[in-house]
Amino acid sequence: MKLLALETAAEACSVALLIDGEIHLRYEVRPRGHSELVLAMMDELLNEAGLVPPQLDAIAFGRGPGSFTGVRIATGVVQGVAFAADLPVVPVSTLAALAQRACRENGFERLLPAFDARMGEVYWAAYHLGAAGLVELEGREAVAKAEDVNLPDGDGWYGVGTGWAVFGGLLAERMGAGLEERMPDLYCSAEDVALLGVAGFDAGNSVAPELALPVYLRDRVANKKAG
Amino acid sequence: MRVLGIETSCDETGVAVYDSKGGLLAHALHSQIEIHAEYGGVVPELASRDHVRKALPLIREVFHQAQISSESIDGVAYTAGPGLVGALLVGSAIGRSLAWAWQVPAVGVHHMEGHLLAPMLEADPPGFPFIAMLVSGGHTQLVKVDGIGRYQLLGESLDDAAGEAFDKTAKLLELPYPGGPELAKLAQDGDPKRYRFPRPMTDRPGLDFSFSGLKTFALNTQQAAKREEGDPLPRQTLADIARAFEDAVVDTLMIKCRRAVRQTGVKTLVMAGGVSANRRLRECIGEMMVKEDGRAYYPRPEFCTDNGAMIAYAGWQRLRAGQSEPLRFSANPRWKMESLEAV
Repeated sequence: MKLLALETAAEACSVALLIDGEIHLRYEVRPRGHSELVLAMMDELLNEAGLVPPQLDAIAFGRGPGSFTGVRIATGVVQGVAFAADLPVVPVSTLAALAQRACRENGFERLLPAFDARMGEVYWAAYHLGAAGLVELEGREAVAKAEDVNLPDGDGWYGVGTGWAVFGGLLAERMGAGLEERMPDLYCSAEDVALLGVAGFDAGNSVAPELALPVYLRDRVANKKAG
Repeated sequence: MRVLGIETSCDETGVAVYDSKGGLLAHALHSQIEIHAEYGGVVPELASRDHVRKALPLIREVFHQAQISSESIDGVAYTAGPGLVGALLVGSAIGRSLAWAWQVPAVGVHHMEGHLLAPMLEADPPGFPFIAMLVSGGHTQLVKVDGIGRYQLLGESLDDAAGEAFDKTAKLLELPYPGGPELAKLAQDGDPKRYRFPRPMTDRPGLDFSFSGLKTFALNTQQAAKREEGDPLPRQTLADIARAFEDAVVDTLMIKCRRAVRQTGVKTLVMAGGVSANRRLRECIGEMMVKEDGRAYYPRPEFCTDNGAMIAYAGWQRLRAGQSEPLRFSANPRWKMESLEAV
């Protein structure tokens, strides 16, 4: 299995190449620099592996939520490469990818990833560690004010992501004893997009290049004119 | 050499394939007018969201139309500026990545260079040098063109673009979005003698434009008419105001073009951009150029507005000169045309 994964939805730009279970990674935190970095990262990884795009089995990407422009950079690049090389695409949730990272690196099993969504809101979801070492979504992904997000039951929850930097106090207060710890400065990585992408591919969740589209969660972006 | 062109700078997704031997092989366009209509103007975020849905289906469509395979593409051109930054990034990301995966060169094209070279797609293209008047919703510029990338800005609008003035005045007259073409249609029934609007900045030397005052003049005219005739105004009065407004814009553009032709001694004039589809403007400029012993050129109406064909053509000119982008992409929303390299 050869899968390329990219993630440009937030602060970090990263690309991972997964070859038969082994990960090769480029990862750099450079907000607003993703369009300068992502193609060169892909090119380096494929060159080092002696591969060209048509030799891949699939390509995965962080489909959001996140910065609208950031998510569209990954989407546009994936559409272009997948179309040119005739590859299936596996869209992966950035919230799931962040939860997966927290789980993979820290061993946490109950995750509450949250990204700052601006306008006083967070992108929010709850995940638990499931079969095969991969996170599974509980309920739905949402965009909401910190005081309105749905809280999970039980305890042992870890809050991760920039949403916990901006609204950490309020979220922690609401979670009370259910919250174990917060890690606001953890970013998504393409490594986890790759891991979830392989699982998605195996489960038949790949799509044609033109159906590789962002999931914004926030759909009301302008006010219609009066009358 | 065969070039795929992608245009996503504003509210239209355009894709085309240009071939140095076969000419324009296919082109397709998706307009977002309906999406933005209920907001009364282009919403940048919605524009970006639509481009990312439409670009690949349009690329498939042009390949199908032209009966070609993607392996035959030798280069990719995409609009890199000026325009809406988020919208530009969509076409740039897709275009640059297609080129990377196909292992062919890519080039970011200047949107206005695309417009001013659009008449080159016609059977009887103009030769260099020529004066180009670019008139659209975002630009009003007079440019002396000595060759590809050899552009000298002679004058431009100091405030609203001509197309913007059309759209804003149309909104004032409560015409449906996008108002410019609607206003021109209404003006056909107007009496040219009832109102007279000023011809801004024609009474002093220079080739710059100013159109924001015309909008105010239209507003005052409309309010005075309402005091006399009541509100809402009869359709004939609206048509008369529209006609006076259109005549003022057309006349002003013609006067400046004539001045540019006389100043430079260049007898070839190219009109491009969305407003250059305006029938009365074409007639007026055409007659003026005949009197000046010169000739006016226009793209076909569908290539006056934003389109992929002009980007494929301009990209081909740059790619065949050996230009190409490094392995990254960027959008340049305020790219100056004078900063382009000559080829």
